[in-house]
Amino acid sequence: MNIAFSKHTLANGLDVILHEDHACPIVAVNLWYHVGSKNETPGHTGFAHLFEHLMFEGSEHHDRGFFPPLQGAGASLNGSTNADRTNYWELVPPNALELALWMESDRMGFLLPALTDAKFVNQRDVVLNERRQNYENRPYGLAPMAMLAALFPPDHPYHWTTIGEIDDLLAAKIDDVREFFRTYYHAGNASLAIAGDIDSGEVLDLVQGYFGDLGSGPVVKPVQPDEVTLPAENRLLLEDRVELPRVYIAWLSPAMFADDDADLDLAADILANGKTSRLYRRLVYEQRIATDVSAAQNSREIAGFLQVAATAAPGHTLAELDQAIVEEVERLAVEGPSDDEIERGRVQAEAQFVFRLQSIGGFGGKSDQLNAYNVFLDDPNFFDRDLGRYQRVTRQSIQASVGRHLATTRRVALSVVPRGRAGLGLPESVTAQVS
Amino acid sequence: MRVDRSRLPVPGATRPFRFPAIEKSMLPSGLRVWSIRHTSIPVIALMLLVKRGAADDPLGKEGLAAITVDMMDEGSGDRSAIEIHESLARLGAQLDSDIGADATLLTVTTLSRFTAPALTLLADIAARPALREEDFTRVRQLRLHRLTQLRDMPGAVADRAFVRLLYGTHPYGHTPLGTELSLTSLSIDDVRSFHQAMMRPSDATLVVAGDCRHEEVELLAAAAFDNWTGAAHGALPSSSALPLPARLNVIPRPGAPQSELRIGHVAVARNTPDYHALVAANMVLGGQFVSRINLNLREEKGLTYGARTSFDFRRMAGPFALQVSVQTAATAQAIHESFDEIAAIRGPRPVSSDELALGVAALTRGYARNFETAEQIGRAATQIALYDLPDDYFAEFVPRVERVTADDVTRVSAQHLDPSRLTTLVVGDYDTIAPDLGRLDLGIPSVLSADTF
Repeated sequence: MNIAFSKHTLANGLDVILHEDHACPIVAVNLWYHVGSKNETPGHTGFAHLFEHLMFEGSEHHDRGFFPPLQGAGASLNGSTNADRTNYWELVPPNALELALWMESDRMGFLLPALTDAKFVNQRDVVLNERRQNYENRPYGLAPMAMLAALFPPDHPYHWTTIGEIDDLLAAKIDDVREFFRTYYHAGNASLAIAGDIDSGEVLDLVQGYFGDLGSGPVVKPVQPDEVTLPAENRLLLEDRVELPRVYIAWLSPAMFADDDADLDLAADILANGKTSRLYRRLVYEQRIATDVSAAQNSREIAGFLQVAATAAPGHTLAELDQAIVEEVERLAVEGPSDDEIERGRVQAEAQFVFRLQSIGGFGGKSDQLNAYNVFLDDPNFFDRDLGRYQRVTRQSIQASVGRHLATTRRVALSVVPRGRAGLGLPESVTAQVS
Repeated sequence: MRVDRSRLPVPGATRPFRFPAIEKSMLPSGLRVWSIRHTSIPVIALMLLVKRGAADDPLGKEGLAAITVDMMDEGSGDRSAIEIHESLARLGAQLDSDIGADATLLTVTTLSRFTAPALTLLADIAARPALREEDFTRVRQLRLHRLTQLRDMPGAVADRAFVRLLYGTHPYGHTPLGTELSLTSLSIDDVRSFHQAMMRPSDATLVVAGDCRHEEVELLAAAAFDNWTGAAHGALPSSSALPLPARLNVIPRPGAPQSELRIGHVAVARNTPDYHALVAANMVLGGQFVSRINLNLREEKGLTYGARTSFDFRRMAGPFALQVSVQTAATAQAIHESFDEIAAIRGPRPVSSDELALGVAALTRGYARNFETAEQIGRAATQIALYDLPDDYFAEFVPRVERVTADDVTRVSAQHLDPSRLTTLVVGDYDTIAPDLGRLDLGIPSVLSADTF
């Protein structure tokens, strides 16, 4: 898979990655700031995401909404924040590329003069509504908060979710916003990928013009918490407005691109993803005691966690599901996967990889992948090696990874049960504290 | 270069966009075979569109079309569901089944080198499903569990109840999933008859988009769909009388931090001559981030994470709906503001030329991005097949939208939006919001239970 690109680093530290693809008359602009909720501190959670909202409210030379000029030029655009990074993207017709660069560079260099209390309060209210809609008023919506809090200790940067705590959001001050911007939002902490129907030479001149004079800001210290382990099994219980109980089982696991990451990715698929997976076959297809199962190796920049989730069919307990999960994890650790499972896993990894490269941008696509490799590995040219990680997986390597990381004695088991039905949860579970 | 920050750069001329040619032929069975070449990446999208959907559910058997489609990948010949999915996995293939009111779409996306075996699997699934009783029992049970779970999801509760309020027993009056009562009454024989009567090549189009040659696609299709024959029984569903719902309806959700709102009425069909003008009108009203309703409720007042409106253009008149989830204390205010915005665009506050220009530009200037991947291109072609659109529909979209005037927008808004007919549904904390709702001038709220739907 050959993705031809060029990488340039401007004097102020901004990484610029250019990729030409003339198949469709569109251009993807994708800008990463290497800051996410992991850069927050206890008592100030939710900040990186709230800040992302303010980036759409205008900057010094265009102190109005960020959307109208770009949508008027035919762009689609958005942004997202996770634990490790914040990204902003525009998908524009080629004639609007300069407009997108003008707008992105203005908010990188000149956001604060346009920031007002009114904008701040308005977007904080929007974020509180986002939290209500996607977490508080959604079945099982508080589970991620309880899970992360149990997996990572209180001072670990993955202890909290990106949306943040309500009290922290209410306590946030506009001066915190200014400080956050100066610390993290500058050329030295950003990576700009532009992909699509472009002439690289012309675009590099444009980027130099719009971004070259912006300041580089202070060096951002990498977040390096102590390595964490779970000392024992931790059983938690959450009562929620749900009809069917669901159990979430999670283990700490390796970081993105680290040893065992790809093995555990495939192990998660073999265990519980799709109709070919072992737990689907056993719990949903044969025994019919679960309504759904799923699993994912959630690998992040500093650490990861592998999580299996299963929802009990009416009349069945989470203990029945957990027993099957324990047995299937153990069987994978002892016997390893079948040859057919490995072959399927490899082909699926290849196909999913190619599917991701069908588009130049938006959420995902080539521009976003180039930035991910550049920001996390300092090497945008990682496509083949990334795929190679999956091609090298063997029966022994999956078996060993599962054995190393998925011990029943070092995991979090979170039961989410209907209100007033604590008895449906795993025995000896302690009530989780979330709001 | 010198950068001028005193004004925004003005984009130059737009590069022309061309929708790729569709090559068409028909097999003796009546199955239409369409192919579109798209060679930028070795991925192929295989799509089978059947012009039968949830609107074809017989009265009292709501959910039959959807469960039939759900049963299609549950085994073929003597292969089990698991074996079918293992075969798909060996090709790295992804199977998606979509069922809407008007049609069913099965999509298999895979790497180009697996085109032939993937097409055979698609045919196994669509034309030769096993439809075994024991699988049916399991699949129906899973769907019943799903219905149980949806009762806790305010958005799903609102969607299910809203179509029922708007359409009653009309073919569009239920979501594809059906109800607990109707699902319980179904049998495997219903599924077999439905597949036999409705899933026929005479109503189907196979669309293949990717690195392919038409002659080859035709040969592969003829082999894969070899024994699939016969015409669909029965006419397409037709319109029936609509109910007269209460203006304001509430499904209580005690303690909910937000109210889930739906406001709308039955509006207009896909074949309306006002299609392009309505699409432009919707952009201004609630179809994009900078629409009137989102700017009002989110960006000015901070009451929500987002609000939007849509016309659901279907074979028969589909619904216009505004949907938003607002903080509980602001429920009545949000309803009031929404009514205001819908009424305003009909004349009192007509679209300005700037608003229209922005909406039209947002629809047209970046139009090419909708046709980047094989799947996007294939999906576009299925719209042509489903609604009998001309082949130059996508080529003509941009100029036709550009010809829409502000007067057109006002006229079609006045014609197709009627504030006096709007039905409002709230899923929220009724005890808290009841006093405010009483002041809305929408009459006494009809209080419903989520279990009714």
